[in-house]
Amino acid sequence: MKSAVIVFPGSNCDRDMAVALEAATGTKPHMVWHRETELPEGLGLIALPGGFSYGDYLRSGAIGANSPVMREVKAAAERGVAILGVCNGFQLLTEAGLLPGALLRNAGIRFVCRDVPLTVASSQTAFTSRYQADEEISIPVAHHDGNYFADDDTLNRLEGEGRIVFRYAENVNGSARDIAGIVNEAGNVLGMMPHPERMIEPAHGGKDGRRLFEGLVEALA
Amino acid sequence: MKTRVHVTLKNGVLDPQGKAIHHALETLGFDGVNDVRQGKLIELDLDENVTDAEIEDMCRKLLANMVIEDFEIEKEAA
Repeated sequence: MKSAVIVFPGSNCDRDMAVALEAATGTKPHMVWHRETELPEGLGLIALPGGFSYGDYLRSGAIGANSPVMREVKAAAERGVAILGVCNGFQLLTEAGLLPGALLRNAGIRFVCRDVPLTVASSQTAFTSRYQADEEISIPVAHHDGNYFADDDTLNRLEGEGRIVFRYAENVNGSARDIAGIVNEAGNVLGMMPHPERMIEPAHGGKDGRRLFEGLVEALA
Repeated sequence: MKTRVHVTLKNGVLDPQGKAIHHALETLGFDGVNDVRQGKLIELDLDENVTDAEIEDMCRKLLANMVIEDFEIEKEAA
């Protein structure tokens, strides 16, 4: 399967994401600079990596969400291409309007960087087919602005439609309803603050993140 | 034309930075501070022909995130 990683000025998890995608797909992903106005043809998956695009100026993800390539990412999302946004990628997806809500400064103000227990809230998505519902997994977080916020109507809708995919078993940033990751209505766009690409081999401390990539590749095959 | 855009968090949106400032003011011995909210001030130098509607559009599309923030436009008297 062909995949791509979008690279912004200030992305810093793009290469980790590329390693995870290559491990899962068997092919090196295309690394696409954010100024590009076209995406490679035939992509099955586009990843928006973690980092600090544009130094988090204005708001995390706000400037990058208006980069030229994002128009193509939006069009791909509408065609049903799987989009995975991790950390800054999640912030970019909310700023771009591909996912509802916003990521606020962590409630405790501190940058949080450690492994965090998550609960798989839905195993019914293309991203989570290799997990059991309600399974607890461990994935690292590393963010300052991960406090998920949306109004009550939006939160109720996300909950009612089964679109909350991961919840913090230990809420490290104040996120509404312990939300760590959500999907869009069509289910092909996932945004999550924790970093599955940093938990794909035993040397990372576990392989709980690897199943996300493997399950996704299987679901998209 | 100088125009100032004030961006503030909506009521009810948690502002941990405002809380930290509030706490620091109390630590400094300032009494009577009931609450602190932190916002942003963005100064724009605009051509005369930029319309109010365009400034609003700038705010909605980029300067403020309407999910969590409100904005107020203040135009400097010519």
